[in-house]
Amino acid sequence: MRLFGLFKGKKKDPAPPGDEAGVDKAAVDDTTAPQEAAEQEEQPRLDAGLEKTRSRMGGGLRALFGGRALDDELIEQIEEELLLADTGIDATRTILDTLRREAKRARTTSEVRDILRRTLVDMLVPRESEPSQPPPGQPWVMLVVGVNGSGKTTTIGKLAQRLQAAGHSVALAAGDTFRAAAVEQLQQWGARVGVPVIAQKTGSDSAAVIHDALAHARSRGIEIVLADTAGRLHTQANLMDELRKVRRVIARFDETAPHETLLVLDGGSGQNALVQARQFGAAVDVTGLAITKLDGTAKGGIAFAIVQETGLPIRFIGVGEKPEDLRPFDPEAFVDALLGNE
Amino acid sequence: MFDSLTERLGKTLKNVRGQGRLTEDNIRDTMREIRMALLEADVALPVVKQFVERARQRALGREVVRSVSPGQALIKVVNDELVAVMGGEQTELNLRTRPPAVILVAGLQGAGKTTTVAKLARRLSERDRKRVAVVSADIHRPAARDQLETLAGEVGVQYLGVAGANDAVGIARGALEEARRSAHDVLIVDTAGRLAIDEAMMAEVRDVHAALEPAETLFVVDSLSGQDAAQTAKAFDEALPLTGVVLTKTDGDARGGAALSVRMVTGKPIKFLGAGEKTDALEVFHPDRVASRILGKGDVVSLVEEAQQNVDTDKADKLAKKLKKGKGFDLSDLREQLDQMNQMGGISAMMDKLPGMGGMSQAQMQQAAGAAGQTTHMIAIIDSMTPTERRRPDSINGSRKRRIANGSGTRVQDVNRLLKQHTQMSKMMKRASKKGGMQKMMRGMGGAGQIPPGMGGS
Ligand SMILES: Nc1nc2c(ncn2[C@@H]2O[C@H](COP(=O)(O)OP(=O)(O)OP(=O)(O)O)[C@@H](O)[C@H]2O)c(=O)[nH]1
Ligand SMILES: Nc1nc2c(ncn2[C@@H]2O[C@H](COP(=O)(O)OP(=O)(O)OP(=O)(O)O)[C@@H](O)[C@H]2O)c(=O)[nH]1
Ligand SMILES: [Mg+2]
Ligand SMILES: [Mg+2]
Repeated sequence: MRLFGLFKGKKKDPAPPGDEAGVDKAAVDDTTAPQEAAEQEEQPRLDAGLEKTRSRMGGGLRALFGGRALDDELIEQIEEELLLADTGIDATRTILDTLRREAKRARTTSEVRDILRRTLVDMLVPRESEPSQPPPGQPWVMLVVGVNGSGKTTTIGKLAQRLQAAGHSVALAAGDTFRAAAVEQLQQWGARVGVPVIAQKTGSDSAAVIHDALAHARSRGIEIVLADTAGRLHTQANLMDELRKVRRVIARFDETAPHETLLVLDGGSGQNALVQARQFGAAVDVTGLAITKLDGTAKGGIAFAIVQETGLPIRFIGVGEKPEDLRPFDPEAFVDALLGNE
Repeated sequence: MFDSLTERLGKTLKNVRGQGRLTEDNIRDTMREIRMALLEADVALPVVKQFVERARQRALGREVVRSVSPGQALIKVVNDELVAVMGGEQTELNLRTRPPAVILVAGLQGAGKTTTVAKLARRLSERDRKRVAVVSADIHRPAARDQLETLAGEVGVQYLGVAGANDAVGIARGALEEARRSAHDVLIVDTAGRLAIDEAMMAEVRDVHAALEPAETLFVVDSLSGQDAAQTAKAFDEALPLTGVVLTKTDGDARGGAALSVRMVTGKPIKFLGAGEKTDALEVFHPDRVASRILGKGDVVSLVEEAQQNVDTDKADKLAKKLKKGKGFDLSDLREQLDQMNQMGGISAMMDKLPGMGGMSQAQMQQAAGAAGQTTHMIAIIDSMTPTERRRPDSINGSRKRRIANGSGTRVQDVNRLLKQHTQMSKMMKRASKKGGMQKMMRGMGGAGQIPPGMGGS
């Protein structure tokens, strides 16, 4: 099962039809129509979502490129804008170093601008990017992890909606058995987008619930299982152990699973998001990132630091609380929004 | 990645120490490092600038420039300023109003509002014996009201289900009426998470606020949050206005610069810290702890504490001047030095307090510190002397020695040893003050093993 059509931004051409295995082709073909339809209406939303980012940062930067070459003052202003966007000191330094080096001979401001844009886009290119695939007859499993309140459950709801709309069969596993009404929250999302939710009572074993969901999916021929987990801070050793156990139980069910371990990061978070990426990565072998709440914050700069350090691909961004408010991550669109390119 | 401030400052401070005094130059270097540390802690950039300027002004003040240990004094200034900015006001809830006193809780999505409502409810009902009711005016997030209702059950307070109302203001009004009717002391109202730029949602919470006239309006902010916390806090404060702040998820390892941002931007006191998911994980705010966390955890605290151990830098100053003028190092001076060694746990402090010192290895310092245990004896001996004896050690003859030994509970040999060491030390002090550099003096003493040498035993 290839979910690639769903992971990709709209600018990317889908792989040529001959490339795909039979099932995958069907999946991609199925996606095309609804996905495009969805994106037609999503485009303005992303724009609206990133508008703040744009007006803050882009506005600032656009104003900077008024017609001078790269001097210290301009460097300093770019630095401030980057810091204000949560880019962090190290990534900002890297960006500025590259810019100084590359833009030395740049004569026009539009050249400087292009170099900055390329630098930023380059930094978002991940080292690896394709989720692995299950053996035939087994569900494709995504384990969703992250700190408290980052947007895991909501991202699962939105993703379910997308996958469902693309013609996939989906089940949700209510692996947050800790937080009050976490199960009910996921159940309401399931009802909203029309996918089944496999759940037990609050307080039961998270790994057991997820295992249940996998068995359920296999027996019903459900293609995709999205497994929610309780939010946890990476400093809580026992909870990180619990997460490792969840992962082990999933792997016992199917040694190729989970096929994606998605770390959900709050787009409004500061430098700690890097530590989160590192720690969750070490504990459960994260394979992809989602950055949420980018509709509101003037941020997103954190993406540079994280991809630079972890090499992980950003799969999605969240730009609102509604089911349709999830976008595949597109580095160029992201940077353009940041720089205020029209 | 997260160099601690002390690591960051290490080099800068060494320079500062080397020069013996703070200059505008090395203050600027240090302040740049502090700026970095604050940014790494997610303090908002405009707040960083404002804060660093404040601290710089204070650092330029007499107390630091005159200090013999400028590096530590500088960190202390920054730390103190941080504590002063964040603390100061009372952090208790002010619920003195006609009951039911309303507490309204607001903030960004996922900050921890609902959890905080449950924690406050528990604290007020268990600790303060109030009759507490809670309600959720969150009509947006799936199962938001289930979440609070469940938590209310857990902490044993009443959840007011308002039948018929399906908008936030309606729910809030209905709950207030109900709380009044049922004679609750406190009503805590949860709201949906919202972005400050979402005008419709900000209008909603403004209306809720207007309908409730809360005694407390608390802004819940995630300690993991970044640069935007300042802007968001400002927008909420302008819309509502706020009476206080709750900083959540402090059980993590984020440096929590948002605390400083929010405090400086709104001027509203931080009243509580959320330190866990459980309903008892609510702590009163301690500005000093949060300050040291923002600056880089324990390192700075210990540095500051060291600096705070009342080492009288003025005295060290005086001694240095006296030595420079070529005046002798008498027994009173030795006593003062010993006293400081005691307080600071070793010679290292003395090194720092004297101009032109520093650069000793850690091992040397530790060795030197080993001798500190004996200082109490030495002090006792000097204390048994008359002022004249202290000023003129050569006047101490045999009978005086016996008297001193008796008075201090030591033996005559001990008194002899002390006098001998004083002679050696005063020679070295003279040399040190001429050539500068305590290290030479240490070498002159045949290694830093015992300060003063030969004082072992007893
Ligand atoms: N504006 C905005 N809000 C979002 C987005 N994603 C999630 N949220 C909101 O953030 C809050 C927390 O989201 P959840 O999905 O419950 O987060 P979680 O990570 O599952 O939280 P825990 O399970 O408690 O750790 C909810 O109010 C969501 O509606 C987004 O992209 N934009
Ligand atoms: N570790 C830790 N987790 C916390 C703390 N406070 C809240 N949480 C967790 O953070 C997540 C979000 O908390 P909520 O209380 O649901 O946040 P909220 O602000 O009500 O969220 P919305 O209503 O969706 O805007 C949950 O998983 C809570 O358990 C805290 O102090 N420490
Ligand atoms: Mg959740
Ligand atoms: Mg809530």
